Amino acid sequence: MEIKKETLIEFYTTMLKIRLFEERVIALYARGLIPGLAHLYIGEEAVAAGVCAVLRENDYITSTHRGHGHVIAKGADLKPMMAELFGKKTGYCKGKGGSMHIADMEIGILGANGIAGGGIPIAVGAGMSAKWRGTDQVTVCFFGDDASNNGTFHEGLNLASLYRLPVIFVCENNRYGISVGQEKQRLIQDIAIRATSYDMPGVVVNGNDVLEVYEASLKAVKRGWAGEGPTLIECKTYRWRGHHEGDPNQGRRYRTTEEIESWKEGDPIKRMARKLIEDKILTKKKMDDLKNEILEEIEQAVAFANESEFPTIEEMYEDVYI
Amino acid sequence: MREITYAQAINEALRQCMKEDERVVLLGEDIGVYGGIFQVTAGLLDEFGKERVIDTPIAEAGFVGACVGAALTGMRPVVEIMFIDFTTVCMDMIINQMAKMHYMFGGQGKVPVVLRVNIGAGRGAAAQHSQSFHALFMHIPGLYVVAPSTPYDAKGLMIEAIKNDNPVIFVEHKKLYVEKGDVPAEGYTIPFGKAEIKREGSDLTIVATHAMVMRSLRAAEEAAKEGIDVEVVDPRTLTPFDKVTILKSVKKTGRLLVADEGHKTCGVAAEISAMVAEEGIFDLKAPVVRVCSPDTPVPFSPPLEQAYIPDVKDLLPALKRLMEYA
Repeated sequence: MEIKKETLIEFYTTMLKIRLFEERVIALYARGLIPGLAHLYIGEEAVAAGVCAVLRENDYITSTHRGHGHVIAKGADLKPMMAELFGKKTGYCKGKGGSMHIADMEIGILGANGIAGGGIPIAVGAGMSAKWRGTDQVTVCFFGDDASNNGTFHEGLNLASLYRLPVIFVCENNRYGISVGQEKQRLIQDIAIRATSYDMPGVVVNGNDVLEVYEASLKAVKRGWAGEGPTLIECKTYRWRGHHEGDPNQGRRYRTTEEIESWKEGDPIKRMARKLIEDKILTKKKMDDLKNEILEEIEQAVAFANESEFPTIEEMYEDVYI
Repeated sequence: MREITYAQAINEALRQCMKEDERVVLLGEDIGVYGGIFQVTAGLLDEFGKERVIDTPIAEAGFVGACVGAALTGMRPVVEIMFIDFTTVCMDMIINQMAKMHYMFGGQGKVPVVLRVNIGAGRGAAAQHSQSFHALFMHIPGLYVVAPSTPYDAKGLMIEAIKNDNPVIFVEHKKLYVEKGDVPAEGYTIPFGKAEIKREGSDLTIVATHAMVMRSLRAAEEAAKEGIDVEVVDPRTLTPFDKVTILKSVKKTGRLLVADEGHKTCGVAAEISAMVAEEGIFDLKAPVVRVCSPDTPVPFSPPLEQAYIPDVKDLLPALKRLMEYA
């Protein structure tokens, strides 16, 4: 498949932005500037970058507790995003949602979701809505491997298939449901085979290869536009950090260092960087410039978050009802 | 004015809203060809077609969640849950999703879903098809909870619920579906948070919900024969809740009985009693009395079920007891 140079650069830029943003989050979290929970996406960037590259601004996504990557790839602005992580009133959710609930209705981010599998029926509803309203909007539903064991997965896929909805179910299989390895969650190796039960295509891709993710997503989105119904894409990947910052030894209670290191060798960003250099699409210098630009954007976001006010106590009582 | 049933009144409200606004769609189990288990959606499939009246699979978390997503993206779904008992299998979608989104997204997005449920024992349907745990939804900020007791209220509150931008739990009562009352043919709304005095009286206030309104009116007629003048106040919506009308009535009568078909413990009646204790205790001449369902599951056997349902048999002795306080 021929992919445009600009698209390849976009993949790299998006992945790098997610990585650098989250590396900054690690430091800020350690210093106590980001309160609560931070579930990091490091290692899984190719999934969000590859999938969101096929979407337009008015297409929808539903995200998960590990949602920073999805929303950045969908086009979220880093300033209100970082401010939200800080709990500041200038944040995406006025400081009332935090890391697990970033939403931006203007660009189709229907919200990150703190409940495993919670976003699946919601994505189905967005698909129904597009059909009712007669638009060609597509909805991508991100969820993890263990969410596929939840009833919402099965109910959601059945409904999407039944109504032939333009929904792409993207399972990010990072092999662990918090601390429970996939062999303890289910007997099947590939979650994608569950698609068979719902009469939709189920494909397995290397979730660390943004090109594979992109190609599968493009096929799925074309199916959606053509009214042919949903697709399940299983992306095999790995989270480098613990379940959340604060998971003892970054998840080494239930994973070996060797296992973690072996997955780092398949780093989706390094992989893409190699390709860009080999194919002479970007020079090393260009890459450094790109990195510095992103770092600058992140610094500005951190400064914005730092300088912003916390919400007033009165604001606690606002927005319960319209 | 013409009389129609409570079920027909809701049906008419749905029909009028669907005609007026094509964003209004219906989803639920057996609501199409079958017309809904209590016939509330009868005829709507024929009138509006299968694109707008959707018979869903038995997958409450799936289709209630789908309503959340649809509402968030511009639709106004009205979803029927066959019995309130079945909300337990989609509670995440109700409590964590539809109730929270507007708040947790910082005022972004709206979720105008109307979730129709029904409560009430008395059909021999036992412990999983007869519950009245509507109080549970009152506990959750972000939800409106509506409790119509008459056909007139049912229609006006339903139209208001559909036009409202917040998620609404519309709690119907299965023993009321066949009750008739005056209902205007044209559309009208009843604002949320406005109680109605269903019977004026001076000796004692009964705050009653759903079928307990009808039962309280009967008890009031009986009591009148003994010279007790009972006022019956129907909050009509539980969230928002009209404290003012109730406190005013209590100030006038000095005696309060709260009647609700939910369980007594942590129920609607408990909440109303607590509110009056906090804000109106010096107007009371007597302790507050609650007439509710017992704290047991709903039993199947007919004599047990009849004993279980709070009715005139429980209301009359309770209000007589209250009158013993001068």
